[in-house]
Formats: sequence, C-alpha cells, structure tokens
Amino acid sequence: MQKNSSTRLFGLMFPGAFWLIAFFFLPILLIVGISFLTKGDSGSPELPLTIDNYSRTFGEEYLTLFGRSLWISLISTILTVIIAFPVTIWIVRLPKKWRDMAIFLVMIPFWTNFLLRTYALRFMFLNEGPFMRAINGVWVDTLGNENEIELLFTQFSVMLGLVYGNLPFMILPLYASLEKFDWTLLEAASDLGADVWRSFVRVMLPLTAPGLIAGSILVFVPAIGNYITVELMGGGKSQMIGRTIAQQFSTANNWPFGAALSLIMMVVVTAAALVYFRVGRGEQAR
Amino acid sequence: MAQFLTDSAVELCDVVKQFGDVAAVDHVSMAIRQKEFFSMLGPSGCGKTTCLRLIAGFEQPTKGDIRINGQLMGDTPAFQRNVNTVFQSYALFPHLTVAQNVGFGLEMKRVASDEIKRRVKEALELVRLPQMADRHPKQMSGGQQQRVALARALVNRPQVLLLDEPLGALDLKLRKEMQIELKNLQTQVGITFIYVTHDQEEALTMSDRICVMSKGKALQIGSPLEIYERPNCRFVADFIGETNFLDGKVLQINGEFGEIEVSGRKFVGRIGEGVRVGDKAMMSIRPEKMLLVDKPNPNALNTYETRVASIAYVGSDTRIIVKLGDTQVDVWEQNSQSTLDPSYFFKPGEAAWLTFKPENALVIKE
Repeated sequence: MQKNSSTRLFGLMFPGAFWLIAFFFLPILLIVGISFLTKGDSGSPELPLTIDNYSRTFGEEYLTLFGRSLWISLISTILTVIIAFPVTIWIVRLPKKWRDMAIFLVMIPFWTNFLLRTYALRFMFLNEGPFMRAINGVWVDTLGNENEIELLFTQFSVMLGLVYGNLPFMILPLYASLEKFDWTLLEAASDLGADVWRSFVRVMLPLTAPGLIAGSILVFVPAIGNYITVELMGGGKSQMIGRTIAQQFSTANNWPFGAALSLIMMVVVTAAALVYFRVGRGEQAR
Repeated sequence: MAQFLTDSAVELCDVVKQFGDVAAVDHVSMAIRQKEFFSMLGPSGCGKTTCLRLIAGFEQPTKGDIRINGQLMGDTPAFQRNVNTVFQSYALFPHLTVAQNVGFGLEMKRVASDEIKRRVKEALELVRLPQMADRHPKQMSGGQQQRVALARALVNRPQVLLLDEPLGALDLKLRKEMQIELKNLQTQVGITFIYVTHDQEEALTMSDRICVMSKGKALQIGSPLEIYERPNCRFVADFIGETNFLDGKVLQINGEFGEIEVSGRKFVGRIGEGVRVGDKAMMSIRPEKMLLVDKPNPNALNTYETRVASIAYVGSDTRIIVKLGDTQVDVWEQNSQSTLDPSYFFKPGEAAWLTFKPENALVIKE
C-alpha cells in the first residue's frame, strides 16, 4: 500500500520534475560551471578555474551598465503602468461584447513576430522614414529650427520600444484584477468624501495590486534582459545588460564572462522582484 | 445666499433624469423635512433608487433642482455633499478592517487621528459591534456587515442619511429586528433618513412619511395612515395592502360623499380628488373594512346580497371570497370571538349580506 502510493506520487511528479531538472537546473548548473572557467584562445571555455569573470563585473563599467539597465527597465515599467491603467479601466467599462473585442485587439500583436514589429517601430523613428521626415519637415522648414529631431538610437526610443513590446503583459493581468473590481466601492469612497485621486489610491489601487504586481514583474524582467529592442532601437548608444550578455556569447565569444554576467543579473532581478512582492503585499494589508 | 430658503432637509424641484430615451425620474418634486424618516416606496424600476442617487450626487439630474438644507446642489460632486449612503450591497472596503472602514470618511476629512479613534469607537458602540473593530468585512455575517455600513455612514454625522434597500439581503427575522433598530437609531441620532424600499410593510412600519413611486413619478406623499386610508389613485391603493376595486360611473356628488353605479347597483363612498359627476371611476374598499351579515339592516347604505364562494380560516381572521353578481370581493372578518362552533362561520354557497360604511369606501378616478 505504502509502496504503491509512493510509486504513484513519483509517477505524478515525474513530468514536472523532469522538466525542471532537464531544462532549468541543469542549464543553470552549466552556466555556473562556465562562469568559473577561462576564455580559451579558440573561444571555447577552458580551465583553469578563476573568479576573474566576477571581479571584472564589479568594475565601474559594468556597474554603470547594470545601473542603466535597471533604470531604463524601471522607467519603462512605470510608463507601461501609466499607459496600461487607464486603457484597462476603459476596456473593463466597455459593454461586454466590445470588451472581449478590445482584449482580442490587445493580444493581436502577438501573432506577429516580435523582431518584425520592432523593425516596424524602428522604421517609424528612422529619420529617413516618412513619419520622421514629415515631422522634421515641419520642425526645420516651417518652424525654422536648425537641427533635425532624432528619436532613434536614444534612451527614449529604447524605453518606447520596451513599453510598446511589453504593454500587453501589463494590460492582461490588470484586466484580470479590474474585471473583479466592485465599482460601487468607488461610489462609497466618493460618498465618504474622497475625491477621484484619493478614491483611486485608497480603494482601487490596493484592490488591484495583485494584477499590478504581476504585470510589473512580467514587464520589468523581460525588459532588463531584452536585447532585440536595445539593438534595433538603441543602436550602440544605450547599451543594456541583456545586449552585453548576448554579445559575450556571440561576437565577443567570451562565454565565461557572459555566464557570470547573466548569473549576477539573475540574482539582481530575483532580489528586486522579492522586494517588490514584499512591498506590494504590505501595501495591500494596509 | 440661497441658504435657508426653506427649512427642508432635502428638496427635489421638478427633477427629471433621462437614461437614453427612458425617463427614470419623471418630473418629481418633494420636500423632505428635517429629522424625518422618509421612505420612497415602489416596485423595482420605479425610479426610487435613481432619486436617491441624484441626492447622493452619483447621478446628475437632466432637469430640475435639488437642494440639501436649502443649498442648491447643481453639479456639486458626491464627495462634497454632506450626505452619506448605506448601499444595498453595503460596499464595505474588503481590504480594510471594520475600524478603518468606519474611520474612512473622517480620514478623508482630515480629522485628527485620536478623534477618529474615539468617534469610530462610539459609532461601533451605537450599532452594537464594539468588539469587531479589527475584523475584516468578509469575516462577518450579512447583518453585521449591514451594521458596519450604517456605522461608517453615521460616524460622519451627515445632514441626511440615504439608505438604499439596506435590509434587502437579510432574512425575514433579522429584517424585522433591524427595522425596529433602525427606527430607534434614527430617533436617537436625530438625522434625516431617506429610505428606499419595495417592501410596503417595511415602509409603513418605519416611516414618518412615504412617497409612493411608479414609472418615475411620485404618485402620493403622505403619512403611512394617509397612504393606506386615502390612496389618491388606483396604483397606490393596489400597491399598499389589499383592496377590492369596483368599477363604475359617478352618479352624483354631495360634499365629501358621492354615489357611484357599479353594474346596476348603487354605492355611496368618499369622493377622491378630481372626481366629477359622470366620470368613469372605481371604488376601493379594503377587505377588512367589509362586513358580512345574516340579516340586512334595511336602512343601511351599501348593503347587497352576495353568495359565499370560498372561505379560509387563517387564525387572526377569516378570509372569505363572495360573489357580488359577477364580481369577486375579498372580505376579511376578524375572529374576535374564540369559538369552535362551526355554525359561527359562513359556508361556501350560502347567501350573505355584504355591507360597508361610506367613509371606508374611496371613489378614485380611473
């Protein structure tokens, strides 16, 4: 009997456990191993063991890189929240049939390849493209300014790309929270003397915090590791950690250093997420 | 400037509220007195809740003026009106404790924190829930949540308390208890209560005055006694309590009383507002105001022979349906005698003489 049930338990756990071990723990162990190796002449990681990869990470160059990556991701997450919240409120308040349609529209971009969409966005910001040419036409010729506006290859264009790419990941969890929200609570708050802003902060925000927290994590974490958007929208000018890691594994051919960087990034992101969850939960309890 | 124009707590002046093509509130005027327990009574969709929401400021009237304590409300938003609402669903904040819920309004008015603490405690004592301060609403029963909602509104000492079917979700026994408690509370705190309900018994029990509404219109405003004894139209007579309607034509009017012909029989009753000779009208007589007798008094008015159709003994009274020609009439005889003698009661098929006093019969315009 005892044996039978433990066999069954093993049987039930096997697929999940196998998946975790084969595709999560083993690769991470591999990365940890590589991060302590030395870059060989031919590019493949070699002995001897070293901690140089880590000490190099704590140099000024890479600390600045981490700082900038965190900063850009943070700002783009905040921008995503600021855009997604009103949009989601608007969607939730639509009549039922339009609401489903709106959510469908939010998800439609997923059917197009992310790279393709980013190229399209890049085209819109390219100074040779029709969109920017029209703007600069007005800016230089009509308003008489000397220099053309350049939006591409700036921190701003990187943030915009990140916001654009990640917006659905904020809208969907927020929608799930807002859909359950009881709107009479806002009337109650207003009845008790709270203006629109205080009703939002004291009633709506705490009650939609789960969706907001989930959405923020879903937006922040991919943003910090992103390299396609950083590459296409930022050029070389606003380097982020994700792109650096990608370069270490490709052009620079320095796997050990890339491995060390990605492990440190993992630790930083996990720590940030934990702090955020803790703060978020405290906010809810208040 | 416009202050103290009237001494009404709340005044609605020719208020209209359109939702699309539908007038939810259709030219309603009423003046609610200070410290009054005022009920708006009517079936669902009659506009009573919309009226309440207009007073609270959740909706803006399409037309007409609303005054609270003489002050014209205009576009004043809900959060700036000195009224508080007890919602049908209670609308307690699920993420806050009972004490935080009750203190919410004071906090919004930036009252000092120790005063908030003191007044929240007082309010919770008022609704007899002092030990529940640290609970969350979800951990409480419906009746307790209802009291918290009441405390949350009363703690702000509003000029007017608006209650939107607050007892609707409670079971019958609790509802009866809360009716008495609410009425006592209202007398105790001396605040004007505007109470929306579809339950006529609730309205009769608790109110100083009732406004009966139907299809967005205020049909009659008066004390429970006036509403029950002198309904001004068929709807009010029908909606409040039970009544018999006899359709006929007004033959003559003599002061307060008049004669009406109902399928060949002549009845005398009190003439209602706006009824004229020759009008098609109906006579409304409450079942308990009718009397069945074995032998008629030959001089009495409104006395006709009928046949007993059915009889139901319900303890406090006996409910008899008699046939007056083709018309069915409900008669409730109070069982004022304690008897087991079957011959005391009428039997189906028996002849009986139906009689009622003219002052108990009301002639209402069609």
